Amino acid sequence: MNVRRVSIIGVGETQFGELWEKSFRDLGIEAGLRAMQEAKIAAENVDALYLGNMSAGKFIDQEHVAALVADYSGLVDQHLPTVRVEGGGACSAIALHQAAMSIASGVHDIVIVGGAEKMTDVGDVEANAILSSTTDQEWESVFGATFAGLYAMMARRHMFEHGTTREQLAAVAVKNHRNGSMNPNAQFQKEITLETVLQAPRVAEPLGVFDCAPLSDGAAALVLCSAEKARKFTDTPINLIGTGHATDFLAVHDRRDITTMDASVIAGKRAFHAAGKTPNDVKVAEVHDNFTITEIMAIEDLRFVPKGKGGYATEDGETALNARISVNTSGGLKARGYPVGATGVAQAVEIVRQLRGEGGRRQVSGAEVGLTHTLGGTGGTAVVHLFERGD
Amino acid sequence: MKAGIVTYGAYVPRYRITPKEIGAVWGVDGEAMGKGLNIRAKSVPGPDEDVITMSVEAARNALKKAPGISPKDVGAIYVGSESHPYAVKPSATIVAEAIEASPVMTAADYEFACKAGTAAIQTTMGLTLSDMYKYGMAVGADTSQGAPGDALEYSASAGAAAFVIGKDHLIASINHTISYTTDMPDFWRREGQAYPSHGGRFTGEPAYFKHVLSCAGLLFKRAGTSPEDYDYAVFHQPNGKFPLRAGKTLGFNDKQMDTGMLVREIGNTYSGAIMVGLCAILDLAKPGQRIFAVGYGSGAGSDGFDITVTEGIEAIDRKAGRTMREMVEEGKFLDYATYAKFRGKIRMRGG
Repeated sequence: MNVRRVSIIGVGETQFGELWEKSFRDLGIEAGLRAMQEAKIAAENVDALYLGNMSAGKFIDQEHVAALVADYSGLVDQHLPTVRVEGGGACSAIALHQAAMSIASGVHDIVIVGGAEKMTDVGDVEANAILSSTTDQEWESVFGATFAGLYAMMARRHMFEHGTTREQLAAVAVKNHRNGSMNPNAQFQKEITLETVLQAPRVAEPLGVFDCAPLSDGAAALVLCSAEKARKFTDTPINLIGTGHATDFLAVHDRRDITTMDASVIAGKRAFHAAGKTPNDVKVAEVHDNFTITEIMAIEDLRFVPKGKGGYATEDGETALNARISVNTSGGLKARGYPVGATGVAQAVEIVRQLRGEGGRRQVSGAEVGLTHTLGGTGGTAVVHLFERGD
Repeated sequence: MKAGIVTYGAYVPRYRITPKEIGAVWGVDGEAMGKGLNIRAKSVPGPDEDVITMSVEAARNALKKAPGISPKDVGAIYVGSESHPYAVKPSATIVAEAIEASPVMTAADYEFACKAGTAAIQTTMGLTLSDMYKYGMAVGADTSQGAPGDALEYSASAGAAAFVIGKDHLIASINHTISYTTDMPDFWRREGQAYPSHGGRFTGEPAYFKHVLSCAGLLFKRAGTSPEDYDYAVFHQPNGKFPLRAGKTLGFNDKQMDTGMLVREIGNTYSGAIMVGLCAILDLAKPGQRIFAVGYGSGAGSDGFDITVTEGIEAIDRKAGRTMREMVEEGKFLDYATYAKFRGKIRMRGG
């Protein structure tokens, strides 16, 4: 098949956090306009809008959100086709894939991809119940399994099978908070100590409060363009060079092995195959760390480290900023924040900035290839994108 | 001419419960919870106590301190609370009868979450200054509600304070008062609901801190003062953390804030909270000392007061009707079962 290459020519994101003064539409507009301004495009340049959103229907009683964001972003005169993509935490990573395919196929030239979630209009208990709706309602949550509880089971088994320690889990949070302290858009810009993580109240053994990503509001956006036209808009286009999108059993208990996510493994393989790259080529990666154990499993499943060594590698500093591979330089979901629907696109925003050399104090030196890894639910969906400088 | 405080009195129920005891029932580390909230215990009203009985106690204690003030000169009583025993029928009339201020007087109940009592102080100031009556009495009292297992249960306590406001016989003059009010759904309870709802952390930054800090800023400006001009500072105290953080943000130190910080020992007495704190300060303050007070009520608003203690404070018997310290320190600790019984959380036959 004759497909066109796809570049990213503009990125934008909001502050992440408990943004009580901002509504869902405020966030979507803010991120989208920033990306459009950066790309120096006008409304009439845009062919379509794709929006990743997990559950606006439950969080703010609003469905039909893609058309809403286009309307409030001042794009209504264009009468754009808009698509809202759902897929748990992976929704905006999937939206990016769908948008890229619309360009690769030749249907569109310039597409905006957004991700947004407004989670703090409901209380903590309700928000967690909504998050749990990405697990298998009939076989998991209805029996009382919470999101954190399911990940805690994975952590327990990982500790049992691979000797991963509580301290190694905590090391993920410490590292991501350190990275977050260098990200002015992060929800938490404060470094934390290992002791803080270890002594925090338990959420679901062995995971404590500091092993969990927060509930957040936030949005992020990308402007995609066919690679051949990207040069008209920017000197530093970043190319999307490969995507892997895979699914697995929705319920954790149905899986072959709960210390690995087959969806991540397969999505990773597909992305590397499509891009003609290997894990060794990647210097900077944003991986899904809704819980500390998730990052450990992700770096194993993506073959950055051997299976079972994710905790040890983190503890040894191999994934710290400018170490062997810089993981979650934005602060990750843990420190930058976890507005679920914004996640995949926000990760891409960070990788684009890193590859352009706009990482500021958290810049990874010599980064040519970057990766994002985004999960839906407890690993029922995984999406991996690979990016490379296009200049 | 300035209005000010003529006398004051407070009442805190004797019973206490610890966060640890509450947490044990709900599978929560109550001790850690208490530490987080900076609350060691909260007061619990006895089974025959409510806002009216506590308001009467506080009002009587106020009059005991100043026997020269005739209750017949108290031309208005306003009782501020969010736990009035009656939805329709005033608490204030019963207080008026109990202290023999009735019948040639006016009375009403106020509600503004935790700041109804300070709103009553402002009302009585205005009406005293306009010579509508000689003295007015402002009461703030609550037997506050927290749903079983909810975060509020660790702090929601009971207490009352009464201030007689007038233009003469002042023990402290209120130099300035100013309020900051917006519509803010941080905490609410609808008609018929047993327990309030709240917006979790939303009750902090955009609610408590925004209003308290804005009001404090306006008060500094109006009074032309800064933190070092004050001997004492007291803020609404929903827990032991918020007022300290607000005070430090404004530039007050622990020493200025310590005396009025009763929340650590008796919990959040809601409409009574800043007022019992003020009582604790007045128990100790010397003539010429200055007090900075900013209350907060959810929904939301802050009332600020710049107060100077006068020579008159030496003329009243501050020890009469027990001191604030005595009331705070005298505690009988309950287990959760007894607490549940006292608070009517056990459904009784025919009840």
